[in-house]
Amino acid sequence: MNQINVTRREFIITSAGAAGGLAIGVFLAPMANAAVVNPMPWQSPNDKEGLELSQWIVIDPSGIITVVQPHAEMGQGAMTSTAMMLNEELQADWKMIRVQYADANRHVLNNELWVTMASGGSNVVKARHPHIMQAGASARERLKEAAAQTWGVPRTQVTAKDSVLTSGTRRGTYAEFATRAAGIKLAEEPKRKTPEQFTFLGTSVPRLDVPLKVNGAAKYAHDIRLPGMVYAAVYANPVPWGGSPKFDFNAIKARPGVLAAVELKAVAGKRGLADMQNGVAVVADTYYRAKTALDLMPIEWDYGPNAAMSNQTLFDTAYKKLGEKGAVRKDDPAALAAIAAAPADKKVGGDFHRPYEAHARAEPITTTVDIKADGTVDVYVGAQNPPAVMTAVVEQLGIEPKNCFVRRQFLGCGFGSSSGTFAAKQAAQIAKEVGRPVKLIWSREEDIRNSKHAPAYAARFEAAVGPDGLPTAIFTRTFGANSSDNTITDMPYEIALRHHERHADLEQANIPITTHRAPGTGLVGFASEQFIDDLARKGGWNPLDWRIAMTKTKADYQLVLKTLKEKAGYRMDLPRGEGMGVAVVESHGTIAGAVATVTVSRRGQLRVEKVVLAVDSGHVINPLNGTEQVEGSVVFGLAHLLGGGLEFQKGAVANSNFDTYRLLRIGDMPTVEVHFALSGGEKWGGLGEPGVPPTAPSVANAIFAATGKRVRSTPLTLHDLSWA
Amino acid sequence: MALALNVNGTSYTVDVEPETPLLWVLRDNIGLTGTKYGCGIARCGFCTVHVDGQAVKSCQTKVSATVGTRVTTIEGLSPDSTHPVQVAWIEHSVPQCGYCQSGQIMAAAALLAKRARPTDAEIDEAMADNLCRCGTYVRIRSAIHRAAELGAR
Ligand code: FES
Ligand code: FES
Repeated sequence: MNQINVTRREFIITSAGAAGGLAIGVFLAPMANAAVVNPMPWQSPNDKEGLELSQWIVIDPSGIITVVQPHAEMGQGAMTSTAMMLNEELQADWKMIRVQYADANRHVLNNELWVTMASGGSNVVKARHPHIMQAGASARERLKEAAAQTWGVPRTQVTAKDSVLTSGTRRGTYAEFATRAAGIKLAEEPKRKTPEQFTFLGTSVPRLDVPLKVNGAAKYAHDIRLPGMVYAAVYANPVPWGGSPKFDFNAIKARPGVLAAVELKAVAGKRGLADMQNGVAVVADTYYRAKTALDLMPIEWDYGPNAAMSNQTLFDTAYKKLGEKGAVRKDDPAALAAIAAAPADKKVGGDFHRPYEAHARAEPITTTVDIKADGTVDVYVGAQNPPAVMTAVVEQLGIEPKNCFVRRQFLGCGFGSSSGTFAAKQAAQIAKEVGRPVKLIWSREEDIRNSKHAPAYAARFEAAVGPDGLPTAIFTRTFGANSSDNTITDMPYEIALRHHERHADLEQANIPITTHRAPGTGLVGFASEQFIDDLARKGGWNPLDWRIAMTKTKADYQLVLKTLKEKAGYRMDLPRGEGMGVAVVESHGTIAGAVATVTVSRRGQLRVEKVVLAVDSGHVINPLNGTEQVEGSVVFGLAHLLGGGLEFQKGAVANSNFDTYRLLRIGDMPTVEVHFALSGGEKWGGLGEPGVPPTAPSVANAIFAATGKRVRSTPLTLHDLSWA
Repeated sequence: MALALNVNGTSYTVDVEPETPLLWVLRDNIGLTGTKYGCGIARCGFCTVHVDGQAVKSCQTKVSATVGTRVTTIEGLSPDSTHPVQVAWIEHSVPQCGYCQSGQIMAAAALLAKRARPTDAEIDEAMADNLCRCGTYVRIRSAIHRAAELGAR
């Protein structure tokens, strides 16, 4: 079936004049030319936090200090954040810091040398600061000890600052003492600083990657070019788990530059994270030629058993399930009894749902695989979890993990899209069959239709209100794979009786799914915070005051909600067609509250005017980047409220590109104000996602205030918001 | 078919089908990868370049139509990131993932060449086709105003 056309022409015939463009920085080249302080010098098996210095820090004789860090840079500022956390302790000259990715192969083969390489769940600061700061502190103390031994003074008399060690009149640089430091064993690892000792964390530091992103220098997987590389364009079966295609390569093989067609095969019965759908790729000497030929190649698809699936069938199932008992996640028969006994005018109820969503990362999924003559394999990819990509390629090619190298690039967004493993398998298979390095690019259409999607959701809420207007009992039943049960069961409000059931998403075996930006809390928050608004209004309350009253014993919620009240000027007396709405959701260790202001014309034209947020992530290591992340989260939340929404028809996604999968544009952009309301202490929350969950319900509540219409589903493009 | 192009002041001869979008010639044939693919249907703006100073979507521009013109890509906007838009972009910390930003910067530079002091409404109109999935829109607006100030100096 797979045929190779061997003709290939060179494209660039001449190139005259000055070299086009700027020299491209090799900033992220693995291991550059920096000296390694010492491979794994301070390892002690029981001290996971303090032992990993050398893999984190490389000190060059010139004084350049390379921070070798494991996390993906996908716009969330991981490279800057990790280097800042490390340098709070290391006390090197910040100007001399360089950051690069850690090597996934070394990580996997050495018992997870960097603890984890996964970047998701807003974890980089939240979960990783102890390891990263410990690596900095342990390095600093070894440098001090090296100087102390050289100078014959106690370590306590050596100070470290800006890459210089000082004791009295003696002075030396980190670079001078690096070699000696590498051999030092400390009796005890130093303690990390506590937040009140921070001098660097908490300041607004410009992101290190920004200069590379204003001149085209930043390299993404999409930009990889290797000698002898060819390009592949691919279609997976548009219906998940559909059969193999029948295609006629002869019809296109004479087209310019076309080299091969390669069939891709799903592994029967295997529907795990790293699986691949049945499909076909066309390989050519440029992407345009590959894609054009693929579009022209006659292909017949066997759509398989899911060919009748549609949004209608999906939500029919979801709502049917909402009427049936689900798996009990929080059992309280008293809650059910109280609601059953309440008079009709003391009951509130409501259903909500949200469709499947695409990730639509800015950079369409792209992977380059180079199977080299020595049997090693390079995989060029922008991955949130490089070891998962490694596993996928190892599995597809049947090679040893030690021979697989993931060459990590900047990511054009992340959003938890794990489709990279799927594409890596495809690229590996194609490279194997054509015997050349292959760059596989998913077209935007392929990206929107055939990625692993964020799952759909449906929820039913019922509650009873007591004579004082406050709730006595709540019942919830949800349907979906990313249902974040604890966001419901641990709702911060003082509601004594709670019962929660959930149906796992029955379609998930049929539609490949993965995470999203704030996947579960975003879905739950959309439903729960609108329901809470109804509940507060039912009792005659102002919804913001209700939330303050119902979280009295929770100091961090009080801080967020009172900050919001002070900053946002929430009011309920706006003229019809104007409204303000509030929502607060805890996610990724952070509480984020939002007040949105909207206008809705009589004909139903919505404009989101302003979103004010108050955020408690405990600490903010870089307020500039933290603010940017919250601003971006607002855009993400709005994008999937106002637009987005995958539409399944006849088993396949009917949306195809940004014309039919509409995302937020600059003209839709409200003013955004971000206020940090930090409770400090032991709390370390993330900031990449927590701005997402309150955004959509705050806007939906504002729409209700403006129009009296409850937003029971998304996208809003399907709703009529007109009012008379 | 051999076509002569002028990109960032350099002459290239490329042998491609004349209908090939300029985007892919820049990226795959010439090797200037700062210009990005995002949709191929003129709905994301990631591929924005200048043809004789006008912002165009290179995914919708046939390479043959650029013969005899001056094409400028992000790599050629300034030799050292000192174009007012680039300076303002750094000052206002606009890029997050950065993938859309070549297109944003090229669109903003073309806008400012026409309108030295654009209003918010003019910015929204000129930048309407430039998607940013990371959501840097508020900073794009403020950085364009800042670039206007820098350009006026
Ligand atoms: S790739 Fe040209 S506008 Fe999207
Ligand atoms: S900065 Fe990531 S898409 Fe715009």
